[in-house]
Amino acid sequence: MSGAAITALIAGRRARAGRRRSILLVIAALIAVCFALTLILGQSLTPPADVLRVLTGHDVPGASFTVGQLRLPRAVVAVLAGLSLGLGGAAFQVMLRNPLASPDILGVSAGASAAAICGIVFLSLDGAAIFGLAIAAGLAVALLIYALSFRDGVTGSRLILVGIGIAAMLDSVIAYALARAPAWDLQEALRWLGGSVNGARLDQAPPLLAALMLGGGLVLARRRDLEVLRAGDDLAAALGVRVAGTRLAVMIGAVAMIAVATATTGPVAFVAFLSGPIAARIVGPHGSVLVPAALVGAVLVLAGDYAGQFLLPGRYPVGVVTGAAGAPFLIHLIIRANRNGASL
Amino acid sequence: MTRSHQLRVADLSAGYGGRPILEGLDLDILPGRVTAIVGANACGKSTLLRVMSRLLRPGRGAVTLDGASIHRMPTRALARVMGLLPQSPAAPEGITVADLVSRGRHPHHGLISRWSLQDDAAVAAALEATGTADLAERAIDELSGGQRQRVWIAMALAQETDLLLLDEPTTFLDVTHQVELLDLLCDLNERRGTTIVMVLHDLNLAARYADHLVALARGRVHRQGTPEEVLTEPTMREVFGLSSRVIADPVSGRPMVLPVGRNRTLASAARK
Repeated sequence: MSGAAITALIAGRRARAGRRRSILLVIAALIAVCFALTLILGQSLTPPADVLRVLTGHDVPGASFTVGQLRLPRAVVAVLAGLSLGLGGAAFQVMLRNPLASPDILGVSAGASAAAICGIVFLSLDGAAIFGLAIAAGLAVALLIYALSFRDGVTGSRLILVGIGIAAMLDSVIAYALARAPAWDLQEALRWLGGSVNGARLDQAPPLLAALMLGGGLVLARRRDLEVLRAGDDLAAALGVRVAGTRLAVMIGAVAMIAVATATTGPVAFVAFLSGPIAARIVGPHGSVLVPAALVGAVLVLAGDYAGQFLLPGRYPVGVVTGAAGAPFLIHLIIRANRNGASL
Repeated sequence: MTRSHQLRVADLSAGYGGRPILEGLDLDILPGRVTAIVGANACGKSTLLRVMSRLLRPGRGAVTLDGASIHRMPTRALARVMGLLPQSPAAPEGITVADLVSRGRHPHHGLISRWSLQDDAAVAAALEATGTADLAERAIDELSGGQRQRVWIAMALAQETDLLLLDEPTTFLDVTHQVELLDLLCDLNERRGTTIVMVLHDLNLAARYADHLVALARGRVHRQGTPEEVLTEPTMREVFGLSSRVIADPVSGRPMVLPVGRNRTLASAARK
């Protein structure tokens, strides 16, 4: 064997790794810019120096409230929810080898919303009870989809079809609950239709962060196995991947992240679905798409929220912005998938 | 040179959804040799290969590697000894040849181990052995069917296993590429001592390239042995329900099957 071939291989790999690193840095910088923008520029401009002083714990008249109480919690929750949705969504898409397999299309987010709205309307719950109920429902729906599509193991296409069916059912539950809702509950219930980071509080961050660390850790620990799974179940098994075990672990981790994020912000439309394909187009086919997708998710929620507040005529919650941007992309993906007779 | 491993199938029954395909099958794979599994459609060739490579759990019986059941072995440890090329594997869209072949190194890595020079050497050797080194930076989607199949073989080579199982590796290839691929597998067997087990459709290519033929019928091994022992006119009738003439292949001296149908034979021409 020749040394030239090895040298060429190493050079090729180094070049790809370098390119990937710079792309990740650029996306991370984009997050930092959006984060800073959210802190500095709202209804009024707060000088960066004042923002820094608030962040370091000083009391600045005026800025302490707007930055410390309003903008900072909003930006932190947006970043954490975006990372969770992006990573969780991409994990599902890679695992099932289909961009339509994201948890917001499969009904995991719809499950959390339906449970929260029913809890508000029929059980008059609020606060922590709704939060817990939404997480439990997200997990339960994922389990139900898994169980219903199980026959000698779980194949991607069956899981997707079952999930879309369940999502449709849950949407009708939501419509029913809203139709029966008394007027005073409607405002609170509507928050669960489109995701929003309005009224975010800093005490929402720890559960989000915990789910991101645990669920994200579970998913990222399997990222090499997931990469090999892209070449099909049989080949992955031949290459030493425990296919069923990997699928279960990734599913649990991803659903935990998605459920907690949805219980915190409501279903921010299409972020879980969009982040993976966008990240894949940016970083190319080499290496895992998971970390780039998480970063893209954070950018989408931060930028979507900022656009909804200040860049559009009128103020909209972030879910409306990402929904409006995401729907055409969904159609594009479906048309492309049909044309190629293939996926992703 | 690789160590020799004993792959053994004992009293194996297996099938899909309760429908048995293999019933009480016994088979010993000869270490360091090329074995071809032949048989009629739906006789269980691919099922046997799937059970032997732990993709399918047997209903009864066992597949053992050096005495240990492969279905109980850690799958990663098994993947360092036994490689498998499924019938029509799918490459992730846009992936390059070097990247795909590198995935053959997966079983040699744990959760945190880093890519090493040894990995690069294995990938480079696999690319060169299959004549795909020049394609390393090309995307799989751009390659021809023959090139693509060589890349898949390269991936299996990068896995550096002592045993290699292949399910109809010549499907979709024209005759030139079929011969080229089988030559490549024979080289591998001779140079590295890799034990090769493949399912083949083409009896004459199987006879030419395999040391050992295994003919399946009705879920069991109907006959096995050298090509001369297996490719006989009676066995062809029993296994395929085919009347045939078997002559010596003028190129290799191995047996060669000439099927006899109802039409287009000298006898049928004489009748008219």
